[in-house]
Amino acid sequence: MDRRQFIRTSFTLGAAATPMNDLRAASKKENKEFVGVLVDTTRCIGCRSCEVACSTTWGNFVPDVKADNALDQVRDTTEKQFTIVNKFKTEKGEVFVKRQCMHCWQPACVAACLVNAMFKTKEGPVTWNGDRCMGCRFCMVSCPFDVPKAEYHSWNPRIMKCHMCYERLQAGKKPACVEACPTDTLMFGSKRDLMEVARHRVYSHPDKYVHSIYGENEVGGTGWLYLSAVPFEQIGFKTNLGTTPYPEYTKQFLVSVPMVLFGVPALLLGLSQLSDRKNEVRENGEWTKPGADK
Amino acid sequence: MNSTVAATGEFTRVFKFFLQELKPRGKWLTPFNVISIPVILVGLIILYFRFVYGIGAVTNLSQEFPWGLWIGFDVVTGVAFAGGSYVVTFVVYVMRIEKYHSIVRVTVLNGLLAYIFYAGALVLDLGRPWHIVNPIIGNAFGYNSVLFLVSWHFLLYMLTMAAEFSPVVAEWAKLEKFRKFMTRMTLGAVIFGITLSMLHQSGLGALFLMAKPKIHPLWYSEFIPIMFYVSSIYAGLSMIIFEGTISHRVFKDLIGAKDHHAHDEIVLGLAKGAAIVMFVYYFFQALLFIHEERWELITDFWGYWYLLEIYGFVLLPCFLYAYAVRHRKIGLIKIAAAMSCIGIILNRLNVSVIAFRWDSVNHYYPTWQEINVTLMVVFAEIWVLRWIITRMPVLKH
Repeated sequence: MDRRQFIRTSFTLGAAATPMNDLRAASKKENKEFVGVLVDTTRCIGCRSCEVACSTTWGNFVPDVKADNALDQVRDTTEKQFTIVNKFKTEKGEVFVKRQCMHCWQPACVAACLVNAMFKTKEGPVTWNGDRCMGCRFCMVSCPFDVPKAEYHSWNPRIMKCHMCYERLQAGKKPACVEACPTDTLMFGSKRDLMEVARHRVYSHPDKYVHSIYGENEVGGTGWLYLSAVPFEQIGFKTNLGTTPYPEYTKQFLVSVPMVLFGVPALLLGLSQLSDRKNEVRENGEWTKPGADK
Repeated sequence: MNSTVAATGEFTRVFKFFLQELKPRGKWLTPFNVISIPVILVGLIILYFRFVYGIGAVTNLSQEFPWGLWIGFDVVTGVAFAGGSYVVTFVVYVMRIEKYHSIVRVTVLNGLLAYIFYAGALVLDLGRPWHIVNPIIGNAFGYNSVLFLVSWHFLLYMLTMAAEFSPVVAEWAKLEKFRKFMTRMTLGAVIFGITLSMLHQSGLGALFLMAKPKIHPLWYSEFIPIMFYVSSIYAGLSMIIFEGTISHRVFKDLIGAKDHHAHDEIVLGLAKGAAIVMFVYYFFQALLFIHEERWELITDFWGYWYLLEIYGFVLLPCFLYAYAVRHRKIGLIKIAAAMSCIGIILNRLNVSVIAFRWDSVNHYYPTWQEINVTLMVVFAEIWVLRWIITRMPVLKH
């Protein structure tokens, strides 16, 4: 192939591929928005209906809400319960806070997972696929909210976490906890709508709420948003996580990988040729014959 | 047709030779055997419980501490010690410094076995180890994961080291054609191996980048990957010195007097290299300390613990190395090597286990079962190492 023909061919191929790229980009573009839930902690009465509804729906441990006095201590979600409610005594009285997976916009657990078992669905929920997971628990190390929980006492352990009732969402229903909430503490919708509602509540009741929405920017934004009457660190939230999405922390390293992978062998091959004694010039100015030093 | 027959004949010969070599040699009741055999047997029983009743049955791992001794020591620390392999192959095959040629085989063998056993110990820690092929066979590539990169590099590096070591096996099994073929590939394998090592030694550090709020700020920085890489160089060099000391005593019959003498020169060279790398590493640590304004962090227990690691087990052995090289004191070099190794263990365990959730009320500590299994992995590696060294032309050639 001569040069002119080569150039012509490559231009033709390039021109042919351009509309295909556009098509692919167009079909990939999502017009759906990520969904989430707004939690207004000023409305929660600590009835724990959400805990019961969640565990009943997913066959987990159903707590005996009336008798177990679980609110007396601050709990964490477990491998048996995707969501729990905690009670905090604050200057504005008792505050109840529901906890579960925050469904980050750019989740650390998904970036950590080497087999895509942790997966950010296009609807927004972060789900777990047991057919892929190898149980390395890197998601647990990485999650800033310590949400994923492992079943340590099973020969075939699962990673247990809230998946925002992904199956229910697909059937057009709301998450079980949202449906069970008797006080409208929980509100399901797209993040854009939820942010509007949340801001509206803060503007209309500036004395009732602290003027920030947890989850708006934390770790790059989360699917679940919280409103509160007291500063968030008083009701068990981590406020030192920053606004950088967690995958960003490893990005620099991952970007440098291809450079090392191709740059270092080039350097080493060059070095090895430079240090090859076959290429040395002898004192009398003659090149050594290959293999002469052996 | 004839070639098939010849190949089959060759295969049967090698197979029979292998079976015959499997038989143990020498005394049975050595101190090492007396200690290691019970540990390995108990370890097998522990592993039975681990695979039937889950990881929680034999370990102290919790939801707060998903990674314990098996990851922190076996994988993260073990791989750092195996770094000697890429350093020595670089010096001998790329820089072509013949002085160190005699330790290439044993170092590569050590590296290969370390990866097989210590990275292999990862399987014990995986909740669903039968899915370990998933990142390899391609039904689920998590490109964005550091662990994806590390797992691929482990696999490729093991294959690379196997290729580097295969001429020795071929020489032992008298497969001349295969040996010649593999010898020709050595430089390529070495260069590929060095690149992979750079990436996964630092990758092991990058695993902890997303654990930012969980690691004590004295041990966390965005430069963990670089620190892990630089320290793996002197970890590898120190391990070669330390391990060489032992193997020269144990396998003294296999080494001639001339090699014994040459070994001292090699040790001096390695020690000099280690001293310089350690000083660079210390300098990095000092830069980080100043740059991140860590002054107020060193006034409590964790501060003292950090200072002990940096001054007691990095800077002190660094100076010991330098002093010992200057005055040709081989004994002191061995002490410095042992201290450097302790320093590496401290550093890796601090990042992955000890200073991980330093503020937790219920801090993790390993169970005796975890320690036993860790020892079992180390002993099993030494058994295989001994078997290979006594049979194949590793120490002399």
